[in-house]
Amino acid sequence: MVAMNAETYARDLREVAPGGYLIYDSTWPRPALLRRDDITVIGIPLARMCNEAFKGVRTRILMKNICYAGALAALLDLDVARIRELLAETYARKPALVDSNMQAIQLGYDYAKQEFQCPLPLRVEKMDGTAGHIMIDGNTAAGLGAVFAGATVAGWYPITPSTSLMDAFKGFADKLRVDPETGRNNFAFIQAEDELAAIGMVLGASWNGARAFTATSGPGISLMGEFLGLAYYAEIPAVVFDVQRVGPSTGMPTRTQQCDILAAAYASHGDTKHVCLYPSNPEECFYMAVQAFDLAERLQTPVLVMTDLDIGMNDWMCRDLKWDDAYQPDRGKVYTREDLEKMEKFYRYLDRDEDGIPYRTFPGTHPKGAYFTRGSGHTQLGTYTEDAAEYQVVLDRLLRKFATAKKLVPEPVIEQDPRNDLAIVSIGSCDGAIREARDILKARGVATNYLRIKGFPFGEEIEKFLAEHRIVYVVEQNRDAQLKSLLTLETRVEKAKLRSLLHYSGLPVSSSFIVDGIFADLGEGRRAVAGGVT
Amino acid sequence: MTFIPKPKIAHPSLPRNDLGLTRRDYEGALSTLCAGCGHDSITAAIIEACWGISARPENVVKLSGIGCSSKTTAYFVSGGHGFNSVHGRMPSIAMGANAANRDLHYIGVSGDGDSLSIGLGQFCHAIRRNVNMLYLIENNGVYGLTKGQFSASADIGTRAKKGDVNQQPPIDPVLLAMNLGAGFVARSFSGDKAQLVPLIQAGLKYAGFAVIDIISPCVTFNDHEGSTKSYAYTREHTEAVVAADFVPLQREITADYGAGEALPVVMHDGSRVVLRKLAEDHDPSDPHMAYHSVQQHLARGEILTGLLHLRPTEKTEFHALNRTPDQPLNQLPYAKLAPGSKALEKILARYR
Repeated sequence: MVAMNAETYARDLREVAPGGYLIYDSTWPRPALLRRDDITVIGIPLARMCNEAFKGVRTRILMKNICYAGALAALLDLDVARIRELLAETYARKPALVDSNMQAIQLGYDYAKQEFQCPLPLRVEKMDGTAGHIMIDGNTAAGLGAVFAGATVAGWYPITPSTSLMDAFKGFADKLRVDPETGRNNFAFIQAEDELAAIGMVLGASWNGARAFTATSGPGISLMGEFLGLAYYAEIPAVVFDVQRVGPSTGMPTRTQQCDILAAAYASHGDTKHVCLYPSNPEECFYMAVQAFDLAERLQTPVLVMTDLDIGMNDWMCRDLKWDDAYQPDRGKVYTREDLEKMEKFYRYLDRDEDGIPYRTFPGTHPKGAYFTRGSGHTQLGTYTEDAAEYQVVLDRLLRKFATAKKLVPEPVIEQDPRNDLAIVSIGSCDGAIREARDILKARGVATNYLRIKGFPFGEEIEKFLAEHRIVYVVEQNRDAQLKSLLTLETRVEKAKLRSLLHYSGLPVSSSFIVDGIFADLGEGRRAVAGGVT
Repeated sequence: MTFIPKPKIAHPSLPRNDLGLTRRDYEGALSTLCAGCGHDSITAAIIEACWGISARPENVVKLSGIGCSSKTTAYFVSGGHGFNSVHGRMPSIAMGANAANRDLHYIGVSGDGDSLSIGLGQFCHAIRRNVNMLYLIENNGVYGLTKGQFSASADIGTRAKKGDVNQQPPIDPVLLAMNLGAGFVARSFSGDKAQLVPLIQAGLKYAGFAVIDIISPCVTFNDHEGSTKSYAYTREHTEAVVAADFVPLQREITADYGAGEALPVVMHDGSRVVLRKLAEDHDPSDPHMAYHSVQQHLARGEILTGLLHLRPTEKTEFHALNRTPDQPLNQLPYAKLAPGSKALEKILARYR
């Protein structure tokens, strides 16, 4: 632990594991604060050394952080030459900074070498365990995915923590989407006046035949509700990335949660349900971005990609992203000018293929393709109605379309040994902690099966998995057990067998939370009642 | 309310436009608005205007929000796609649609409630973005569908049918649009088809955001004594200060304007709008002068009509500013949009 903030010294000290090391700035010694017998405290006068070596308040403060990195290099036996290389890479455009930073590194390095026994018993060794991997955050990966998916219209309103997704799209598009001959932008990037307008722009563009998307977070999903209902009912594709942050209300915008699960699945008034995808890491953000556009156009409905702050804004190690050059976008059921020419008459909302998905047309194609898009009651022919039977025909078909979606959303990840009757079910960024927890549980004699859901609506594999287990722990990052609620509402699962492990501190869930929660529950005589094991 | 398709029977003697289409080909479903509604006259003017410029019906995109005015997009050009969206949000739909395909005619039909209350923000920002569209406000000062509440365009002192007197100052879309930099700002009256038709035609041809505020009396809730949006009041208090004739590219200019009082403005496709000043104190080419003149007349209870302000803004039109290609974005082949696996490998090098 490197404690650099005097205000949090006490807390930092508490968090060091027994046998650990704590480094602090000893310019101002704090013997009273830093007393613990089971750890080693290392004091380095960072502020004093930097004040002596550097000029200017800002530089002196900044260099303290570099200086301790130098001390760490000595203590952990890091390769100083490699540090120089990394600095040169970071400051390729400002070479003068390489020398000053290197001076700070050396300052800390020399001090540690002189004052302490280096290296510590704890040391860093060079390995090559990261071949074929990259370090990337989910927002960057999703923005890149949108470029590869062929998205041309982006409408958005800034909101933490989704903003960097749009920045990434723009950054990649500026490089990859500028026509080499004309210098024109093969995309439109529109900063809206609010989320209401952002989703409106996405619907207008999608309705008109472009691949369009937006990115937002919880408050934005609330504002987009009305338009999402229109898109559901009028059957307009849209891709919405929801980078979830802590709610309710403004909540803690720089902390992570999975708290929009229900708000997204049922966004808007009236009978509405939306297709949702749940990526678990940046790699899946990239691929699911592309899938989201294909699904939205295939199903002619909004698709919400439910990522979170932890996935979106933190760098994760992922396998190299791969691209199949044979990929062609699935534009869904769209009649061309030639199709319309041959037809006697076009009706927008007829279920010709009995999969619940109608055919659509784009403006400008053919006068025969014209129809009237409306959020008011309509018949399967596309005309206005207040007739009960005509209205219900359309509503019932929408439900059949949603059933079709079950077969099209990505299949869940299932790790199942038929001998186990305990299972863990989860989504998204809980994945890493669950994998680690399952290893620990197994080592301690509790074998579990695992279902990671990747899409809503829930398909038959999910029904089957839930039916095959006696106790199912639902791990999720919100207070109200939203995933568990969605499972009880949308599957045939017996509610009593679902037990919640709810983590909603704003920090990513840890394996120990899951392990402790499961042991606590098992120890309490295997309660039959579902409830918070928080 | 039911949907009543209009029978399409064209008499052989009906005149045909350059596409060989009659006015009937630009009609839509039967109106379900109250008999005598100003909006129906505007619908008729739109039909006449689209026929007159020989717009391909499939290239006409009709967009609206919610309200009596917004219903009218079903009543014209049945060969064009219509989109009746949500209350006050038509401008964002128009923006997205226009971004996807710059080649079509976008007609947004809105009302004073839809544009000046719930949709005021979107209206303003569509002007700021200079979306290439014609934005019609069918302005009657009341909420018709919900039975006669005042809208944000109701004048101070105007009396509702039930007797309430409005005390809040109105929002004037014309002044607002000029203030926000719109290059095509007009006001008209639903009862003045001769003025309205060329305005709509010019607005359709204008490269940028064109707005026409059309006083359109509500016969059911706002056509009584004491209303400042009634037929009688509007006829008495309007003054046409700029007459606009629309001259399509193909036709020879025959308008008889005298030197010094006429101002021909060339549209981006080569067609022209010829403005004729009808009042000494109103200069339509200068946004500041035009603003002051409208404001001063309003203070005296006089409503100026005509193409009150016109200046070219095609350099700041949305697509021009965003440097999008001439080919609509929705028609770019995927091969032009996909960076491919080689490009991806290069990108990944930055994340190792």
